[in-house]
Amino acid sequence: MIELNVNGQAVKADVPADTPLLWVLRDALNLTGTKFGCGQALCGACTVHVDGNPTRSCSVAVGDVAKSKITTIETVDQSREGKAVQAAWRKLDVVQCGYCQSGQIMSAVALLKTNKTPTDADIDGAMGGNLCRCATYQRIRAAIHEAAKALA
Amino acid sequence: MTHTIENISRRRFVQAGAGLTLGFVIPGAMQAAVSAAESGPGKTVGSAAAGGFEPNAFLKIGTDNTVTVISKHLEMGQGTYTGLATLVAEELDAAWGSVKVEGAIADATRYNNLLWGPAQGTGGSTAMANSFEQMRKAGAAARAMLVSAAAKQWKVPASEITVNDGVVLHKSGKKATFGELAEAAAQEKAPETVVLKKPEQFKLIGKKVPRRDSFAKTNGTATFTQDFKLPGMLVAMVAHPPQFGATVKSFDATAAKAIAGVVDVVQIPQGVAVLAKDTWTAKKGRDALKVQWDDSKAFKMGSDEIMAQYKAMAQKPGIVAKQTGSVDTAFKGAAKVMSRSYDFPYLAHAPMEPLNCLVHLQGDHCEVWNGEQLHTGDHFALSKVLGLPMEKIRINTLYAGGSFGRRANKDSDYVVEAAMIAKAHGGKAPVKLVWTREDDMRAGYYRPMFHHTLEAALDANGQVTGWRHRLVGQSIAAGSAFEGMMVKDGVDALSVEGAANLPYAIPNFQCDLHTPNNIAVPVLWWRSVGSSHTAFSTETFIDEVAQASGKDPVAFRTALLKNHPRHLGVLKLAAEKAGWNKPLKAGKAGERRGRGVAVHESFNSYVAQVAEVTVQKDGSYKVDRVVCAVDCGVAINPDVIAAQIEGGVGFALSAMMNSAITLKQGQVQEGNFDTYPQLRIFDMPKVETHIVPSAAPPTGIGEPGVPPLAPAVANALAAATGKRLTAMPVDTALLKA
Repeated sequence: MIELNVNGQAVKADVPADTPLLWVLRDALNLTGTKFGCGQALCGACTVHVDGNPTRSCSVAVGDVAKSKITTIETVDQSREGKAVQAAWRKLDVVQCGYCQSGQIMSAVALLKTNKTPTDADIDGAMGGNLCRCATYQRIRAAIHEAAKALA
Repeated sequence: MTHTIENISRRRFVQAGAGLTLGFVIPGAMQAAVSAAESGPGKTVGSAAAGGFEPNAFLKIGTDNTVTVISKHLEMGQGTYTGLATLVAEELDAAWGSVKVEGAIADATRYNNLLWGPAQGTGGSTAMANSFEQMRKAGAAARAMLVSAAAKQWKVPASEITVNDGVVLHKSGKKATFGELAEAAAQEKAPETVVLKKPEQFKLIGKKVPRRDSFAKTNGTATFTQDFKLPGMLVAMVAHPPQFGATVKSFDATAAKAIAGVVDVVQIPQGVAVLAKDTWTAKKGRDALKVQWDDSKAFKMGSDEIMAQYKAMAQKPGIVAKQTGSVDTAFKGAAKVMSRSYDFPYLAHAPMEPLNCLVHLQGDHCEVWNGEQLHTGDHFALSKVLGLPMEKIRINTLYAGGSFGRRANKDSDYVVEAAMIAKAHGGKAPVKLVWTREDDMRAGYYRPMFHHTLEAALDANGQVTGWRHRLVGQSIAAGSAFEGMMVKDGVDALSVEGAANLPYAIPNFQCDLHTPNNIAVPVLWWRSVGSSHTAFSTETFIDEVAQASGKDPVAFRTALLKNHPRHLGVLKLAAEKAGWNKPLKAGKAGERRGRGVAVHESFNSYVAQVAEVTVQKDGSYKVDRVVCAVDCGVAINPDVIAAQIEGGVGFALSAMMNSAITLKQGQVQEGNFDTYPQLRIFDMPKVETHIVPSAAPPTGIGEPGVPPLAPAVANALAAATGKRLTAMPVDTALLKA
């Protein structure tokens, strides 16, 4: 039995310690907003925050994050940055198929928590690990600038 | 004007027969689908919420004022939920904020694609084109029933009642919401005819209304099939053979079964499936399987051998797809002859959501959840595999995490695989088939590999007098339910679209095709289908011919497009907005810059793009800006159109820069995004979209943004470097200074 802190709550999951965090969130805890895209930390669809850091949950064993605070898309709106990013995403209608967008948002929120005025180069650096096959990148960039403006 | 309501009342439609037919025929499917709608689960489960108003198959109005639009088309990112709901809400005069959208179940009697005949499905950029009148009529009919109910309650003439933003009003000041009138409206008779709005009365069509799916897709609540669960559900993963056509010789499941949580291991025609209590356990179980494969019937060629065969085939004439004048005469009398050959690789669709499907087989009936794109085809295939009549199979449509053509599978591949597993497990539990990224990338169904040769005959004045285009590549439609519609006299229309219908006024023209029949690699439509390669060869070659004639690329095309006003319209607009007549700003020291143009029609929509590139000394390049002009008829939602063009540009650039599926001895070499890299944010150009105003009926927008991008960029790279690219993806070594 693994004990975890997810979205501010203490939870337990009856899984082997080497199970990727992604599958614990999705299958054991029913937090399906975090997506499976590649299983190899190549696409970023599974991005969550581990102690505030954007992390590919498909490539982290749950046993290694048992003492950490994990935040998923389901409660990202509880932070100021999360709210601003969601609002910007909706205002600019960033999404298309939407499957990668939880991960995109988690990466964007992590960026804005540490960088209040990201440049295009900063955005390229922070978001380069998140693939979008619908290629919504132009709007992702615009929405991050929009959220930064709202937070200023 | 008055419009008859067709295909709204199920019963009336069934009595009237099959309605529109365009030749998409699955034997027996239609008859079964008709009986399914009359007696099957589609009828019982799809009924309206108690107390609400369900005027037709496309619409429900709740007493809480919620207007629920039933989308017969799959939402896979292209914005169809927003577009279809806009059409209904426009004629209903609903409040946009109260509109919700649900995916329809599979039911070809109510939800067929009016451009496909008696079949339900999404593809070919047809959703808005086939639904434009149908959805508006559905909304108008409901509005008439609400008005009629209000007129009776208030004892006033219906002609004195107006509807605005979800509220029904009488000039006396009486008013009622849709919710308040819902139950009374449900008692009204559906009108036989309705009057649709004139374009100048539109409040939503032509405006930027917000997407209906943005909210749920930004807080993790949007439900994709991957997210859908049932009590007691098992997750299945399959060990597939390493080559197409190989089969299971034997397998040892001892190690797999020893893993806690593995419930069953079953053999199916596609391989060996491990069923487990959760996804990770299923993967561990699948990885622990020891399978011996029988490769005696497997396809064992490599990409290089396939291309070598195609090049050999291209030495001889193929089957003529289109001919005007005499190319032989033109080439004999030419002052100058130019020629080029082009190679295009297999391409995987690689949607962000690896394919999956949930099947709940329960004895004599079955329920399926899927990002369902080809409803009727899959419905029929499931019926065959499960041995159940179609009326006993209910298919639910959930959001799809991308498709780009992959989910519209002519063989229903992954849906059938899921059903086979559920059946092999004896229907003891709901089964969700999950493919890993590697499974998804290696399971086949690629954009076919193609080889093109083009030749142009020029007279002494640089005028093009002859054009010969030869293509070699596999047929997508052959052997499928689409063969009758797509393949005529040995020519698959999907192989030559964009080539056989070259718009340029060239007096002597020939397009011919070789279709190899010894290549067992499964192929499928990939966003923009034939135009994904034909736009490249035609638009880069015409550019080269323009250059050889000493003409400006835009002026040269303009002169040859005199009979094609819609091509001309987008070409002119894109050139204007891109500042074509002004010199391109120079790059930094050592950088070469270039600008290129391409124009192409696909799915009855016209798109021109002007690309600007910067090339470094080492041949690496960046597409800085792409200016796009679009004519897709009435622009239902300009912002969704812009989004699709932006996405099309990124999708096409991704393939151009990075993508090839390659085979060695029949084995697909790529498996994940490390070996099949895709466009990332830092390579995305700035995209500007300009729409040509039009009153023509709406045409597609999901695909037409793709074809012009690669040729526009290649032409820009040629302008910058002097090098003409003839193979995809781009080899940057060729662009070194």
